Amino acid sequence: MLGSDLVMYEEEFKQIDAELQRLLAQANAKVVFLVDKNGQLIAATGETENLDTTSLASLTAGNIAATGGMAKLLGEKEFSILFHEGQRDNIHISIIGQRVILVVIFDQRSSLGLVRLRVKKSAEFLGGIFSQLLQKVESGKGAGKGGDSPFAEITDEDIDKLFG
Amino acid sequence: MSFINYSSREINCKIVYYGPGLCGKTTNLQYIYKKTNPDSKGKLISLATETERTLFFDFLPLALGEIRGFKTRFHLYTVPGQVFYDASRKLILKGVDGVVFVADSQIERMEANIESIENLRINLAEQGYNLDAVPFIVQYNKRDLPNVVPLDELKKALNPKKIPDFEAVATDGTGVFDTLKAIAKLVIMELKKGQQGG
Repeated sequence: MLGSDLVMYEEEFKQIDAELQRLLAQANAKVVFLVDKNGQLIAATGETENLDTTSLASLTAGNIAATGGMAKLLGEKEFSILFHEGQRDNIHISIIGQRVILVVIFDQRSSLGLVRLRVKKSAEFLGGIFSQLLQKVESGKGAGKGGDSPFAEITDEDIDKLFG
Repeated sequence: MSFINYSSREINCKIVYYGPGLCGKTTNLQYIYKKTNPDSKGKLISLATETERTLFFDFLPLALGEIRGFKTRFHLYTVPGQVFYDASRKLILKGVDGVVFVADSQIERMEANIESIENLRINLAEQGYNLDAVPFIVQYNKRDLPNVVPLDELKKALNPKKIPDFEAVATDGTGVFDTLKAIAKLVIMELKKGQQGG
């Protein structure tokens, strides 16, 4: 879907959110979140209160981009899984459907094996939702339906107001 | 490539500050960070070397308020300007919605400016974008220095298409918000066009 915007609708968002919560519980993780490859946070669940998820999302995407660059240099298509091990917390990062990034943060209450297993299952499900979303966006369904697009009647004044 | 979330009613857009090394891209972001209300900004993240040269990127998320009930967020990025970081620059341009080219007005940096803007065009093309088609603003920075190129010459060399441009002194903030506002406007207008077209 190169060149088109990522659009999220209520229906898919709920499905994604539910799947992330399921993964959080099944993998015994602390935080699970989903980022698009450009660094935009799509959804997050778990102990996110004291976590700067926006910055984490951007750095995750940077991380994946840098690793992707390395892959290219080696003639690999991509490195689909990254794992960072810390003293207390660990981060498991995986690419889903070449478009979105699934991040799982976990500590000693879980294990890499369990996380990998559960991520694999969730990835299939999430991949399905995103291809569904893609079709919806491409067919133009939902976008701006009933004239509720936030952009349809935007004026210069609206934009000026943003800057107070 | 913006992200429109109808569920949480949010729009996120990505703006990249591009330009030769030491032209003031990071300084632009630092000034915006300093002058923005704490409620509407996130952390300014700088992946820099020990000598404060940008290594990978700077990142500043800005929540500007609402447009028609949608929370509007801009994610500002800078690229590392030094020539040998080209691989990193390409990565940061992925999914960009708008570009600000920060030029260094000093005479001795003129060649670097031209090289950098050409590099921007090439790197955008590699991502499938055409510099003449994406929202684009030029900023002539460091206008307070004594050895600057006259504005006419800068315009002729860097902005032959006469897109919106601004003079700036990023260290004291002159022109910084004018630039940001102009690119934000172009990006949102582009979204509007895209939505109507689709």
